[in-house]
Amino acid sequence: MKKLVLCVLSLFLVLSFSVGAGAKTLKVGLAADPVSLDPQVQLSGGMLQLSHWVFDPLVRWTQDGQFEPRLATKWERINEYRVRFYLRQGVKFHSGNDFSAKDVKWSFDRMKKSVDFKGLLEPFVGVAVIDDYTVDVVTAKPYALLLNMATYFFAMDSEFYTGTDENGEPKDAIKKTTHTFANDNESGTGVFVIKSYEQGVKTVMTRFADYWDTKSVGNVDTFILTPIKENATRVAALLSGDVDVIDQVPPQDYERLKSDKNTSLVTINGGRIITIQMNGNRFKPFKDARVRNAVVYAINNAGIVKKIMKGTVEVAAQQSPPGYAGYKETLKPRYDLKKAKALMKAAGYEKGFEITMMAPNNRYVNDAKIAEASAQMLAKIGIKVNLKTMPKAQYWDEFDAKAADMMMIGWHSDTEDSGNFSEFLTMCYDKTTGMGQYNSGYCNKKVDELTIAAQSEIDLKKRADMLQEIEQILYDDAAFVPYHWQNHAYGALKNVKVKPILNSMNFPYFGDLVIE
Amino acid sequence: MFAFIIRRILQAILVMLVISLVGFSIKNSIGDPVRDLVGERVTPKERAAMAEKLGLNDPFSTQYVRFLKNALHGDLGTSFIYRKPALEVILKHAPATIELVLGSALIIVIFSLPLGMYTALKPRSLFSRFVMGFSTLGVSVPVFLTAIGFIYLFAVTWHVLPSYGRGETVDLFGNGYWQTGFLTIDGLKHLILPCISLASIMMPLFIRLIRSEMMEVLETEYIKYARAKGLSPMRIWFVHAFKNTLLPVVTVFGIQIGIMFAFTILTETVFQWQGMGFMFLDAVQRADISLLIAYLVVVGSVFVIVNTVVDVMYGFINPTVRVAGTK
Repeated sequence: MKKLVLCVLSLFLVLSFSVGAGAKTLKVGLAADPVSLDPQVQLSGGMLQLSHWVFDPLVRWTQDGQFEPRLATKWERINEYRVRFYLRQGVKFHSGNDFSAKDVKWSFDRMKKSVDFKGLLEPFVGVAVIDDYTVDVVTAKPYALLLNMATYFFAMDSEFYTGTDENGEPKDAIKKTTHTFANDNESGTGVFVIKSYEQGVKTVMTRFADYWDTKSVGNVDTFILTPIKENATRVAALLSGDVDVIDQVPPQDYERLKSDKNTSLVTINGGRIITIQMNGNRFKPFKDARVRNAVVYAINNAGIVKKIMKGTVEVAAQQSPPGYAGYKETLKPRYDLKKAKALMKAAGYEKGFEITMMAPNNRYVNDAKIAEASAQMLAKIGIKVNLKTMPKAQYWDEFDAKAADMMMIGWHSDTEDSGNFSEFLTMCYDKTTGMGQYNSGYCNKKVDELTIAAQSEIDLKKRADMLQEIEQILYDDAAFVPYHWQNHAYGALKNVKVKPILNSMNFPYFGDLVIE
Repeated sequence: MFAFIIRRILQAILVMLVISLVGFSIKNSIGDPVRDLVGERVTPKERAAMAEKLGLNDPFSTQYVRFLKNALHGDLGTSFIYRKPALEVILKHAPATIELVLGSALIIVIFSLPLGMYTALKPRSLFSRFVMGFSTLGVSVPVFLTAIGFIYLFAVTWHVLPSYGRGETVDLFGNGYWQTGFLTIDGLKHLILPCISLASIMMPLFIRLIRSEMMEVLETEYIKYARAKGLSPMRIWFVHAFKNTLLPVVTVFGIQIGIMFAFTILTETVFQWQGMGFMFLDAVQRADISLLIAYLVVVGSVFVIVNTVVDVMYGFINPTVRVAGTK
């Protein structure tokens, strides 16, 4: 009997040991997979996620919005125009080449040529190499968001991407619709090495043996990424245990993942503001701030959050989510039908009017439902809404053409800073500067002035005051209908500790993921 | 005969032209492909430059003529999202769909033949009534509902079958084109649910068809005669009746297989099955118009070729068709 117990116990020991030391395979089902292996070919969430797995930036965001040293170990501001970065030594690329300052410069110069990134890089003059492990990042004007932007500076292996490929094309070419070397080959410093990449089908990555960050608690050795577009299928794949982690859990399945004994749900504020804009150029009454205010007062965004978003997102009254410099705490969501009716009456539209509204139906979480609910709410103050919803492929054309009186738009700040919202959504539209590119018609010169001034203000306190003043103006003007900040909802098996690796930018750092 | 074939081929070419023209004329309402290729921050000016470079701003006729010219050289354009020749993308997705349809066809044959015959021979039995009732249900439930129901039962609740994808595949010819799921246990497991879901729409139809054909045959004179002659019922059912039942069934089966390819769009979407239907929907959603047009042309040509071959064969088998054709 004793022998048997001993036998069983030792068997357990062996088993538990082998599990503890065994290679962990992570299977992830995401709604979309990276469109390329070239980190600079497209500025999209999916591509930036891949960049964080296969490449490394100078610094990256932590969950609480701080900067974490990656390829840069420390940094200091030399003067108003210059920040010096001290680079990590002993870092290897997947190709075996050593990482040094020249790769940072080379990657920056290449990024400047990318259609998608050049807009973001406008404030920058360039990268100056000081020595092998020191670079200066130089801006044209004083620029407060330099570190925020350094999260985009991923290092590519300059030696690996130099020369010509088997077709005689330069290896560093950036092309979206044809084959390039960089679209199908990679050499970054990142935690995962691409083993196989079949777009739309499967991407297999393995842990980089020479990865510099040996302190990472992550224990994933093989990372298999499959795109699963259909929401129901993605949720089912998690529930059945076919994948360990999924993203974009639809709100109607939150309860299910929470109540299932094998799965957990993790939501994190994503900072993407969902708004509907009113176009005063198309529909004159919207030029009147009273009418715009009436619309905002009529729409019960808290009710939409409760019913349609299942209460998991924060109701918004401004562009900036909490934690941003421009977030003004005193701005509260407004919903007051009486007041809305009074405003309509004061503006001379007691009888209401008829307008058109457009919204996408596959771009934001429950976008079409939000628009439908809004249309019904507006009916209560006599505004008859002719709503049209469509897939995003068609919606953007309509949005560019400003084809309806009210149009939905969501925005996530590229810089994790308030100014970016105004630059794209609420500054007066200007064809030459490209400002207000996603602004349907609102225009207030004061907002423009403040936004531009904030861009080159490096006194953070003063800057925050400016950005908060912008929010106050937009609030008083009812520049747009604010709804909520969309969150990122991940589902995971219970033994997969996904919570610590998530952040508001939606870059899950799977390299640091712990599977128990 | 030669004139007949030539005539058929000319007709086929005309059909292909019409298909490509239709494809071209709807492409502008699908959406702007450039939008999917760039981030949301890219300025309208840059987007316009890109559209210009891709030749999207050229007049309709220029684009169409360019497409025809390239098509004659076997180049159906380059898929924007896959960055590969559209034809190659389609051919790589085709095997998944073919295997799915083959699998369902197999299931249909295995189940509908015995069930159809049984319900014809024993129409009043409880089991027959059950099968008929069930087949009515099968016809009326949409395929995506069946599919989701299967996933929730077999994958989520019972954990016996995988919920999505093709599983482990084997490269059949070693050139990366035909990835088959028929040769691995995992691949076969992944085939079960999608195949049954797809089969669920056609199976009731075939059960009913076989049943009614069989019943009709059973009423004919020669069956009565055989019975009077004292042949064993088994021999009458399987040898005399069954053979004659089969003729119309095979004809319908041939047509329905083609229709099944169309139904794969839904099945493939629900199961994340990487076939042509899935690819088609993806291309629509992301406005990959060159892939879309290539898809229409390829599928169109398959139908045209099959029909032409069938017509030509009919001409050989049934001289009256040939005579009508030469007039």
